Amino acid sequence: MKKTLILTTALVSFGFAANADVTVMSWGGAYGAAQTEGHVKPWAAATGNATVMVDSENPAPAIKAMVEAGNVTVDVASVEYADAIRLCDEGLLEPIDAASLPAGADGTPAADDFFPGAVTECGVSTDIWSNVFAYDTTKFPEGPKTAADFFDLTKFPGKRGLKKGAKAVLEFALLGDGVAPADVYTVLGTPEGVDRAFAKLDTIKAETVWWEAGAQAPQLLADGEVAMTTAYNGRIFAAAVGEGKPFEIVWDGQIYENESYVVPKGAPNKDLAMEFIRYATSTEGLRAQASHISYGPPRKSANLEPIMYTDGKTEMGPHLPTNPANLTNALLTSSEFWVDHDAELNERFQAWLAQ
Amino acid sequence: MALPTYASPLERVWYYTYIVICCLVFLFLIAPILIVIPLSFNAEAYFTFTPKMLAFDPAGYSLRWYDTLLTLGHSGGDGVRDASWWSEVWERSTWVQAAKNSFWVGLWATILATTLGTIAALGLSRPEMPYRRLIMALLISPMIVPIIIIAVGMSFFFAKACVAPDSAMGAIFGYFLSEKGCLANSHLGVIVAHATLGIPFVIITVTATLSGFDQSLIRAAQSLGANPRTTFFKVIMPLILPGVISGALFAFVTSFDEVVAVLFIAGPDQQTIPRQMFNGIREAISPAILAVATILVVISVLLLTMVELLRRRSDRLRGVTGR
Amino acid sequence: MAEAATELLTTADGRPLKAALAAAQLRAKRRAFLLVLPLLLFVLLTFLIPIVYMLKRSVEHDGFSNAAPALDTWFAQNPGFDPANPPEEAFAALAQDLSRMQVEKTTGMAGTRINYTVPGTISLFKKGAREAATLAAPFKGSLLAVDADWGKPALWRGMAAASSPYTTEFYKVASDRKLTDDGWARGGDKERIYLYLFFKTFLVSGIITVICLLLAFPVSHLLATLPMAKSSLLMILVLLPFWTSLLVRTTSWIALLQEQGIVNDLMVGIGLIGEDGRLTMMYNMTGTIVAMTHVLLPFMILPLYSVMKVIPPSYARAARSLGATSWTTFRRVYLPQTLPGIAAGSLLVFILAVGYYITPALVGGSDGILISNLISFHMSKSNWSLAAAIAGMLLAAILLLYWLYDRLIGIDRLKLG
Repeated sequence: MKKTLILTTALVSFGFAANADVTVMSWGGAYGAAQTEGHVKPWAAATGNATVMVDSENPAPAIKAMVEAGNVTVDVASVEYADAIRLCDEGLLEPIDAASLPAGADGTPAADDFFPGAVTECGVSTDIWSNVFAYDTTKFPEGPKTAADFFDLTKFPGKRGLKKGAKAVLEFALLGDGVAPADVYTVLGTPEGVDRAFAKLDTIKAETVWWEAGAQAPQLLADGEVAMTTAYNGRIFAAAVGEGKPFEIVWDGQIYENESYVVPKGAPNKDLAMEFIRYATSTEGLRAQASHISYGPPRKSANLEPIMYTDGKTEMGPHLPTNPANLTNALLTSSEFWVDHDAELNERFQAWLAQ
Repeated sequence: MALPTYASPLERVWYYTYIVICCLVFLFLIAPILIVIPLSFNAEAYFTFTPKMLAFDPAGYSLRWYDTLLTLGHSGGDGVRDASWWSEVWERSTWVQAAKNSFWVGLWATILATTLGTIAALGLSRPEMPYRRLIMALLISPMIVPIIIIAVGMSFFFAKACVAPDSAMGAIFGYFLSEKGCLANSHLGVIVAHATLGIPFVIITVTATLSGFDQSLIRAAQSLGANPRTTFFKVIMPLILPGVISGALFAFVTSFDEVVAVLFIAGPDQQTIPRQMFNGIREAISPAILAVATILVVISVLLLTMVELLRRRSDRLRGVTGR
Repeated sequence: MAEAATELLTTADGRPLKAALAAAQLRAKRRAFLLVLPLLLFVLLTFLIPIVYMLKRSVEHDGFSNAAPALDTWFAQNPGFDPANPPEEAFAALAQDLSRMQVEKTTGMAGTRINYTVPGTISLFKKGAREAATLAAPFKGSLLAVDADWGKPALWRGMAAASSPYTTEFYKVASDRKLTDDGWARGGDKERIYLYLFFKTFLVSGIITVICLLLAFPVSHLLATLPMAKSSLLMILVLLPFWTSLLVRTTSWIALLQEQGIVNDLMVGIGLIGEDGRLTMMYNMTGTIVAMTHVLLPFMILPLYSVMKVIPPSYARAARSLGATSWTTFRRVYLPQTLPGIAAGSLLVFILAVGYYITPALVGGSDGILISNLISFHMSKSNWSLAAAIAGMLLAAILLLYWLYDRLIGIDRLKLG
């Protein structure tokens, strides 16, 4: 059947690009490249399954649309932790058998090897990434040190870049306003807390440039459109270490979370997708990805030995969000909070933006 | 318009102000289109003129951004440029794939829109056509209704518009549909969407041509013994052909420039040039975008010239003088 | 005369002429219609049905009603219940549905549906479903023990409305109304966005229309009065933008207007502004207006031009020779004759501006976004029903304008180039 299909395809083919066997959807940019180099290419080479990576601005709504329409063309998607849980609750993802995940390279069973919370019903964490802020060292030789400095326009004049969305931005505003990480979600759960976050953002609103895609943040910094910007730490790492840009990350007030591979319900190649995930989230798979981008592998066994960046001389450790030195004032994103309040707070955020 | 001899000094001042204003508006119209051309030859990854470029230093200019159009997505971008290198450009390079998709989608959408649109325009310009105004309003509306609304509606409906891949319909249309046999995420979906958006242009240009069409020519042909087919191909078609072609060009350009519907209904396999540009502008705006833009400007200049020549020919054929 | 009227005219084969004519006309009508039919069917399938589908989506969401059959029944039987104090049977039905959701894995769907009107309910449903097995009569007490929020009147109002798959709630949300414990009410000042953005979209479209008109008027006049050879050449300058990709033009405006862009560089270069005084003209409303004006200007010039072209210059000369000043001539003689062109161009530009998406999405930044961008935002958040409701409202506004255009100008007078 498949053969004849390919044949008819070839006959009527009028030049469009061809379909691949396994399709992985991720976020593009340096992150997508790390997953392509660390997971897609080696897996395709090892198993002989043609595999392609496709980019999306955010894979979660894309696969939601596909599943609800029964028109799934993606086998594996890389989504935020909260989305992995939400989509799973909505019955849009295939459950992943946690017992089938391979043991660590040192023999530790997967259940003990993964960090707590890294494996959920329908998702397996590929890395721990972080929302940080970064600045151009040529603009500020004595750079900002804390989240509060980001909001200090007198001490550090210049435009700010912020992500155009409520998530991580509201938390960051509260951290910048001096709220302790442990209290952030309690405060943000109250109307006064939300007002407080927006009030803090109001102080820099006039000086803010908003970015949407992850690649935009380092670009804004490089173009001199902003003096400092929030960003995904890996993107800044790629620009600073990979391309030698004079960017410095401030870890104070970082907001980190897991990223998960999920399989949309009705994926065309479900079994291969599962096999891919087992490969990608093995100790070697996680380390391979982490050697391309500075996101922390969520397995203990993957963190035992230092990971070297692909340039062969930079050690990844200090650049990872999970490095103890970077965790002194850090917040773990609450997926539960965002599952509940995403719609409400984003609406409020849009209203605030438009005013 | 020349200044009349009896103009007062104030009127003279006003007249020259008016000329200056007009020149500024023309500058406003054309400058943004021309500015991308020199910028695309920037040797640096900047989006503005570098000092070297302003000094006309050859080192300030390069073709590197045109080169990235070939090498993006190419596995051996720096390799020796032999036949296999070029064949991979043809098969793999992101921008080349996007160009191919854009071209084929545009071509099929144009064929669809032009064929259906021209036949319908022939019906619409008959005096006996019932509900003419209403139908005309409906057929023009894809141009008026905001594209985002059309795209949202299509994204809902095309996802449900499926045939079973193992059915007879699936065997015939399967390749043109998505893996699950749906219009969403398929080439056919993008083609029909673009054809829909192109139809108003075909209808407008062809009915405009037909409005100047002398109906007695048909009667003359028939009285001389021509059957309807001969009449159509020998009399009507040559006269309305310029209108049909310019409608087709409008439809092609509409498709070639369309991004919103593609964003909402297309899958990863239907990467087109506008979509690639849209993502490029949103993410990292590199001069590679300007290189694409320059190529597109050249194409639009060619198309415009073609349409202008056609229009003049059509006017001449129909005996209309002036615009 | 009376005789002639009673005697019916017939054709050669004896049929009454009137009937024969009617039949022939019907045939001609049918033949004309048959020519249009294929296209009509095509447009029906690719355009009308999708829009109807979207409108259906705006009043339909079965996430909760599918997942909670017991509550559906109870709400249907007790339409007048008191949301502030629902009886035990209601809680019993809820408990029954929660355990069903836990089994069928529909908690997320149900919670998401209610979450649209009552924020914070997804985790409430998850928690409730998780504990469903431990719930026992009296269910009211045991559910409130799991979470006191189960007693919120707003929640019960929300569930009652969601128990039917058809609802107008998304239109209420899209009109900035909020579901409170006492029913639907106007949202707080900081939360209102939709009507504000509608208003803003219309205002910005109006501004753009006026700017386009002001820029297009002198240019069209020039084009209409110049000799043919020169005006054809200048016409190219108008038509080229028309034929150039929208994305190309948006890209060039970014290059021109951004902070490190050409215009700012130029002004710094000639000393008009200082290095730190660079103007922010991109990623805000200014950028949106400039880029959109550029895109829409040809749509104003072309109709104006075609009207001005046919105004005989002798009228103005006559007015002048009768002693009118140039201003009076313009105001009383020339301007009134251009009104059809002004109306056609303005309406067209306004209609196109109201639905604009790409340009504001790319150069709008924060305050430069329009209602279309909000539709796309909700689509990207998978909040499809709300996106469809906003789109439905926008569609209504557009159709009204379109109808106006057809009444005032006539669709068949639309011209391209």
